[in-house]
Amino acid sequence: MSLLGEDIMTEEGEFVINIGPQHPSTHGVLHLKVWLDGEMIKKVQPHLGYIHRSIEKMSESLSYRNFIYATSRMDYLSAHINNQACALCVEKGLQVEVPPRAQIIRILMAELTRLSSHQLWWGCTGLDLGAVTPFFYAFREREAVLAIMEESCGARLTQNYCVPGGVMYDIHPNFQNRVKDVIKQIKSKFQEYDDILSGNVIFEQRTKGVGYLSPEDAVSFGCTGPTARGSGVSCDVRKWFPYDGYEKVQFKEILETGGDCYARYMVRMAEMKQSVYIIEQLIDHIPEGDFQAKTKAVIKLPKGEFYQRVETARGELGVYIVSDGAASPYRIKYRSPNFSNLSALGHMATGSKIGDLVAIMATIDLVIPDVDR
Amino acid sequence: MSLFLEISFSAMANGLHNWLAGSISNATLVSVTEMAIAGVSLLLFLVPLCFFLGYMERKVAAFMQIRLGPNRVGPKGTLQIVADTVKLLFKEGLTPNASDKFLFNLAPIIVVVTSMLAMAPIAFAKNFQIWDINIGVLYVSAISSLAVIGILMAGWSSYNKYSLLGAMRSGAQIVSYELSVGLSLISIVILTGSLRMSDIVASQADGWWIIKGHIPVIISFVIFLIASTAEINRAPFDLAEAEQELTAGFHTEYSGMKFAMFLLAEYINLFIVSAIAATLFLGGWMPFHLGNWSFFNNVMDYIPGSLWFMGKTFLIIFIIMQFRWTFPRLRVDQLLTLEWKYLLPISMVNVIIVTMMAIFGWHL
Amino acid sequence: MFLKEYFGTIFRSVRSLLKGMKLTGYYFTHPKEIHTEEYPDNRATLQMFDRFKGEVVMPHDDNNEHRCTGCQACEIACPNGTIKIITKQELQPDGKKKKAIDTFVYHLELCTMCNLCVVACPSDAIVMAQTFEHSVYDKKQLKKVLNKPGSKIMEGVE
Repeated sequence: MSLLGEDIMTEEGEFVINIGPQHPSTHGVLHLKVWLDGEMIKKVQPHLGYIHRSIEKMSESLSYRNFIYATSRMDYLSAHINNQACALCVEKGLQVEVPPRAQIIRILMAELTRLSSHQLWWGCTGLDLGAVTPFFYAFREREAVLAIMEESCGARLTQNYCVPGGVMYDIHPNFQNRVKDVIKQIKSKFQEYDDILSGNVIFEQRTKGVGYLSPEDAVSFGCTGPTARGSGVSCDVRKWFPYDGYEKVQFKEILETGGDCYARYMVRMAEMKQSVYIIEQLIDHIPEGDFQAKTKAVIKLPKGEFYQRVETARGELGVYIVSDGAASPYRIKYRSPNFSNLSALGHMATGSKIGDLVAIMATIDLVIPDVDR
Repeated sequence: MSLFLEISFSAMANGLHNWLAGSISNATLVSVTEMAIAGVSLLLFLVPLCFFLGYMERKVAAFMQIRLGPNRVGPKGTLQIVADTVKLLFKEGLTPNASDKFLFNLAPIIVVVTSMLAMAPIAFAKNFQIWDINIGVLYVSAISSLAVIGILMAGWSSYNKYSLLGAMRSGAQIVSYELSVGLSLISIVILTGSLRMSDIVASQADGWWIIKGHIPVIISFVIFLIASTAEINRAPFDLAEAEQELTAGFHTEYSGMKFAMFLLAEYINLFIVSAIAATLFLGGWMPFHLGNWSFFNNVMDYIPGSLWFMGKTFLIIFIIMQFRWTFPRLRVDQLLTLEWKYLLPISMVNVIIVTMMAIFGWHL
Repeated sequence: MFLKEYFGTIFRSVRSLLKGMKLTGYYFTHPKEIHTEEYPDNRATLQMFDRFKGEVVMPHDDNNEHRCTGCQACEIACPNGTIKIITKQELQPDGKKKKAIDTFVYHLELCTMCNLCVVACPSDAIVMAQTFEHSVYDKKQLKKVLNKPGSKIMEGVE
């Protein structure tokens, strides 16, 4: 029998708790070592690698057509956008023109993916802050979006719909009608999202002023996506380095200056509306034509280095391919957004409370398989 | 109908007493036997009650979350909670090696016993009460604050850092919210002039306090609801458990029946808090009466008092459940801010206003 | 001024909380909004999307004939080694020997439903089926042979 005493502390007299790898709010197998002073956080140290599957190394033994499917398993919530990034990078190497129809389909699917990802994030944010109900409201709309994916791509999450040169097959004949219905449904539910979570006073208290990240820190930690845009750093790849015809689409880059959890939250909420806006622009203007450019059966990239960045739901994903002219890449490197965003967690959480750590993790929107790859 | 039921309840009690007094000559033995009967019948009441509350919570949560809820075990899923209980019964009750085993095993018992003790002065119907103690309200608030000792014990003895954090949070929380609960109860006590539950109910024969007492009583009712939700550790004030932060807080290390006892205590506490609110603010078993509408009042009288009491109690239980399934959780400092900066000052001012109301007879 | 702000905060907070309770109350009182799909019960009416990728199958016609030539394009296209084709030399009626499949082994446990094999197949011999209830008690049962016993290649498929 031993009563609680010095032995629960470390030798230096510190109170350390391990949040994760199995913990309800780490969204996966993330292990955070947290040094505490009562409720206050003195230091956070993320331990990574619990779900490292060496996707980069694995891709080196696969052909240029085959390695794309594995990226669906990185950031599985924006699987389509990951696939798109790889396809774009291969196309860059091949110098293939993607038909306009394929481009529009890709954008539509990417925005639907972003929408579904943000919906899941919204539900999980509520869940992390202790409100269980928003999760189910979020999933109701997300389910409708995933049904679109399932109908056209054949899978809900890991679509593998993008192939070098376009998309794997044409959209389903029912695609446009279904998208219009879903968009209508989603637009009518935004008010509910605000009622139950955004406007809630407890939620505002939990997020406002919590986990401040200054623009300078956001840049130096390499944060991208809504995490950085919540601090007022303009970093939307779709605006800065348009790909797949994003330059022809009208949308706003959402910037908030708060830098706290609430600002990041508002960025994502507004981005959902922007995604809906983009989809509405394009859904009636899908050009006729091929959905895939002609490519050789065995793709061989010319010798050289190719880099392509896209904006996933979480930030900037970079695909870097080194080719030696063979049928499979010599080296592949993914610059995943979550890895960089996670690195800012310790900085943001220091000095706040345990409850804040959960809020910060929720608003960074971590997907652990993307961190570890 | 109502007359019949109420007479039957008190007649049952009196008849039992008379029969016991007739058959057993020793007066002490009679009261001991009566206590045993009351205890057993309380247990027989509490277990189905907790089953029902568990089922109700799941269904309420499910409907609010656009789900169906349990619907497999038994008709409409009613036996789901029985299945869960059986599962918990058969689960191994683990005791962590490094824990303080005596306290660890004692804690759930203390939590359940304290919550059961608080059942004593609750008036279910006219003359149907386990113990019509003359300090009923004081007794309840005194007993209910004991539960924190069980929680602290559980968190402390588990030898788990999460449990310790949860227990410490719970300590701070219950100590603070006790004040607001007490002050909002006092406002009714001032108006009634008695701490006895039956007197409080009787004082509402011509109208419930929430109607008679104007806005100040409504304010103390709302404060009571909020503060008592915090006192029984329910969301949005469930910081002691705080699943997303502390996995399960003070009962992280508990499993099997010991865990079930915490669950049992939570539901009993929920019932007690709602019953107290129903008794003090909504007239307990007293039917709803409207001034001179004698026909309406007679119709209302035909509904038995026990049904009135249960109806009001479950209305409040529903509201507390809705809190849980709507709001995010507060942070620990915000929890204390809410109490010390908002609830406590307001209830203090409110008590002064209620006192003035009582002195000048402003209430209806 | 302080009191005004103080009570303003309380008023706004209570209003925001009531808004949330109104929404949950709405859903509580409107059971029609329930979205639960009672899955095993709705098996009879459950309709999967026609493109849903459940597993790879090889369609056979009434004469027990399939379209697989044994070219192994799918085997090459598969990133996971899900497909193994064992070929044999079949004696044609005209006396020539021709390559044909002996067994088309499909490891469902390795498959990621990426659809690359179906796209790669030049003779449309394999397609994705819409089945999804793949759970079995033994891993070995997930190893499937797609060509039915005694099946032949269809006439005219090269």
